[in-house]
Amino acid sequence: MSKHHVTTTINGEAVEFLCETQETLLDVLRNTLNLTGSKEGCASGDCGACSVIADGTLVCSCLMLGVEAEGRSITTVEGIADGEKLHPIQQKFLEHAALQCGFCTPGFIVAAKALLDANPNPTEEEARYWLAGNLCRCTGYDKIIRAVMDAAAELRGEARAA
Amino acid sequence: MNYIVPQSELKIVGTSPVRPDGVDKVTGRATFGADMALAGMIWGKVKRSPHAHARIVSIDTSKAMALAGVKAVVTAADFPEIPNEEAFVGEGPMNFRDLSRNCMARDKALYEGHAVAAVAASTQAIAEQAVDLIEVTYEVLPHVIDVEAAMAPDAPVLHPDMFTAGIEPKPTRPSNIAKRVSFAKGDVDAGFAEAEVIVEGRYTTQPVHQAYIEPHACVAQVATDGQAQIYSSTQGQFMVRAYSAKILGWEIANLRSFPLEIGGGFGGKTVVYLEPLALKLAQKSGRPVKMMMTREDVFRASGPTSGAVIEVKIGAKRDGAIVAAREVLKYQAGAFAGSPIGPGCMCGLAMYDIPNVDVVGYDVVSNRPKVAAYRAPGAPITSFAVESAMDDLARKLAIDPLALREMNGVRDGSKTHYGVTHKDIGFLPVLEAARNHPHWKAPLKPGQGRGVACGFWFNIGGESSGAVHVNEDGSVSVVSGNPDIGGSRASMAMMAAEVLGIPVEQVRPIVGDTASIGFSFLTGGSRVTFATGMAVTQAAERVVEQLKTRAAQIWEIPAEAVEWKDGKAWPAGLNAGAFEPLSLAQIALKAGRTGGPISSEVSLNAQGAGAGFGCHICDVEVDAETGQVKILRYTAVQDVGKAIHRAYVEGQIQGGAAQGIGWALNEEYIYDTKGRMENAGFLDYRVPVASDLPLIEAVIVEVPNPRHPFGVRGVGEVPIVPPMAAVANAIRSATGLRMPDLPMSPPKICAALDAAAGAKAA
Amino acid sequence: MPKVVFSGSETRRFTGGRTELEVTATTFRQLVRELDARFPGLGEQVEEGMAVAIDGVIYQDAYGAPLAEGAEIVLIPKIGGG
Repeated sequence: MSKHHVTTTINGEAVEFLCETQETLLDVLRNTLNLTGSKEGCASGDCGACSVIADGTLVCSCLMLGVEAEGRSITTVEGIADGEKLHPIQQKFLEHAALQCGFCTPGFIVAAKALLDANPNPTEEEARYWLAGNLCRCTGYDKIIRAVMDAAAELRGEARAA
Repeated sequence: MNYIVPQSELKIVGTSPVRPDGVDKVTGRATFGADMALAGMIWGKVKRSPHAHARIVSIDTSKAMALAGVKAVVTAADFPEIPNEEAFVGEGPMNFRDLSRNCMARDKALYEGHAVAAVAASTQAIAEQAVDLIEVTYEVLPHVIDVEAAMAPDAPVLHPDMFTAGIEPKPTRPSNIAKRVSFAKGDVDAGFAEAEVIVEGRYTTQPVHQAYIEPHACVAQVATDGQAQIYSSTQGQFMVRAYSAKILGWEIANLRSFPLEIGGGFGGKTVVYLEPLALKLAQKSGRPVKMMMTREDVFRASGPTSGAVIEVKIGAKRDGAIVAAREVLKYQAGAFAGSPIGPGCMCGLAMYDIPNVDVVGYDVVSNRPKVAAYRAPGAPITSFAVESAMDDLARKLAIDPLALREMNGVRDGSKTHYGVTHKDIGFLPVLEAARNHPHWKAPLKPGQGRGVACGFWFNIGGESSGAVHVNEDGSVSVVSGNPDIGGSRASMAMMAAEVLGIPVEQVRPIVGDTASIGFSFLTGGSRVTFATGMAVTQAAERVVEQLKTRAAQIWEIPAEAVEWKDGKAWPAGLNAGAFEPLSLAQIALKAGRTGGPISSEVSLNAQGAGAGFGCHICDVEVDAETGQVKILRYTAVQDVGKAIHRAYVEGQIQGGAAQGIGWALNEEYIYDTKGRMENAGFLDYRVPVASDLPLIEAVIVEVPNPRHPFGVRGVGEVPIVPPMAAVANAIRSATGLRMPDLPMSPPKICAALDAAAGAKAA
Repeated sequence: MPKVVFSGSETRRFTGGRTELEVTATTFRQLVRELDARFPGLGEQVEEGMAVAIDGVIYQDAYGAPLAEGAEIVLIPKIGGG
């Protein structure tokens, strides 16, 4: 069986890869492109650890085929920071101690980025419902929600300053 | 030395610096189990039993081996038969024969998902195909799932050589009851005769999975000379080395075990599942082998903690003084003996000073995955029953439930039913903090209810190693032997920095592999900050002594004339001479000239862990139409001894409470009539999500443990103990319903509401 | 002399139901040997599966733990944890 040739954009860079028909985008990211920041927690779209942003939409990369990346723009956790400069969401996760084991963290950061891109001023309840697709077993979510709300505030402040 | 001093005298301990491994984790760079890759690596997969109980008649691997790309197949025949031999593991004595047979079924498959063979192939897809090509002939046997059904005399017997221990005379018929244990104090019948008010109830809990988000994963590599490396996500690299070596019949020195970042464990990663299989596959194939569980595998074949049936009876005088308590506990162990029945028998009633107590516990096997440790193993189950009964007792006596606990709660000198006299404990301060918290007095709206419940855990010490190295530039490396599961690297760095008097950023903590640091028992039991922290603190103190000696050499004065303060060596007084203080960096620069590298490693067996107590307050509202319970407010008070990293201590308390809320409301194993799990995924096994929970407020009480240099008790276990009863008691308060069966899921709440309405109408 | 308390069935099944015993041991190691001499099998049981509380402080696997004059020694199942 011959592999598919896929041309896509990942974290702003043009990328080409070969994949089997049944390979998920998560498999491609992790095993072919060595972008192991996206995690497999369930492979069924229930835990959100593999969250990526595809053309502005938050998706579980375990539910998307590698071939579906053709012509799209994908953002993974590796593409959230600006070089060495952490994104405010990442910075706030550190400051608020919003991670314990850190396994769900990439998914939360990507999902939070998608949230704040879509809704820069969410209520706590909106944040909790948006992030309900991301499971965290360590923290009880409290510090994650605080970090996201604080990052939202900071991002709005930057917007005002600009 | 002792650093149990007011917070104002501490510079680093008690604050919340950014964790040293944080940036890697928010950017996706951290290497977890499944992120590891080696050159030439192939993929391993496990073939699992579809039956709950079956004799393995034959296994034909020829078709699988013939498939192109398949490099190796293993079955039980590839592993040595291990005799009955007990060793102490995560939560109790563990039999290595059982452990070996749990990793790979021999003769019989004892639960759905039990491993019967494994393959390694060049791609994941080929490995999956090969698994399907392995032909196993089973003779399906009758199975038993529920604990009381498994105890019945006519139940299908899992192990024909299991005779109930702890019964005299020794039984002559095999049984699924592995062990009977009991504790007694005073005269319980006389106690109940004296009681003026008695409550009793029968409670059931479901097995719940630790549900770490990262499935088990490892990579193994074996050279032709027998030297092997295993990289895995585990709560103990030394445990992986010891257990794998045992199961494989290898020498420990030939196996080097590397702990990768661990994506949650909560006790569930205190045993091996994949590691011995991956090592054997790597040996047979001559290639590095990676193995990962799917989420389904995790549910069907690893963890969980016990489900149980608990009968409890408590008797009190009318003034509230408890005079007698009786408890019978039946804990599921899964397919092999070893439920946390011991702590179960001890923890529930450990919080109250009761003159007459009788507790009997049973450890029961059935056709379920073997239980693994889960936060405070055994304690949450018994406490759900006892704390629910305490709530009933408070109602019957018309006494405030906190007051009932204050009246009967243990204090220093209280003697427990298991014989130990409590010492240096902080239960009453915890109750006081709960009473003084605004939550306790906040008004409730109609339809809302408030519950309170308490929890106890011993906390443990054990064998730990910690090393402190002063680098050539004066920066410091701290190496410990315990995987960092919730921020312990930060705590280790903080304790070392406090002792050394330097900024925490100057200290870089790492977790060493089994060849880089002395033996360390598992990360678990709330022991790492206590025991490993003790080792690191002592190592740092020894480094300070060396630094003083080195400064003395530079100044040509006696070492006693040097003191260490604020990260610098100072002349101890005017007589010592007039010298400019020497910084760590200045001394490090001259280390070669003053005796060589400055470093110290301490290995110890920490004794005298300080018990922890918690008290949780929960407000709920129950939707009578849907049966959904909404948690409105949650406050968790806990004595942690001393919080080294405050934010991570809060995080442990919040996370434990959240897991307990899931245990209370949603989590359960659902089996079909054939003994197959029907909800082996996160969609149907529902752990709490962000929108299910309110802010969980953690209230830290600090009654120092005098046996730790900073007063640490440990934190991670206690917070999962109270939530089930706290939620149940809140539901009782909101609806009048006493819910004795977990989970208190919408169908059960609806049925209970309907039954209550029916009873009222009738 | 230190006093040993047998609170649970895991020790009492060796002691024939006896709940207390005064011992001459001054360390945990000596205690294990003394108990085994008195109640065959109990020493091994204690060594493999039990922790010891000495005046309320819990020790696990500590041969050297000192038993002071008049100390109260309680044997309980070993404690693990998640």
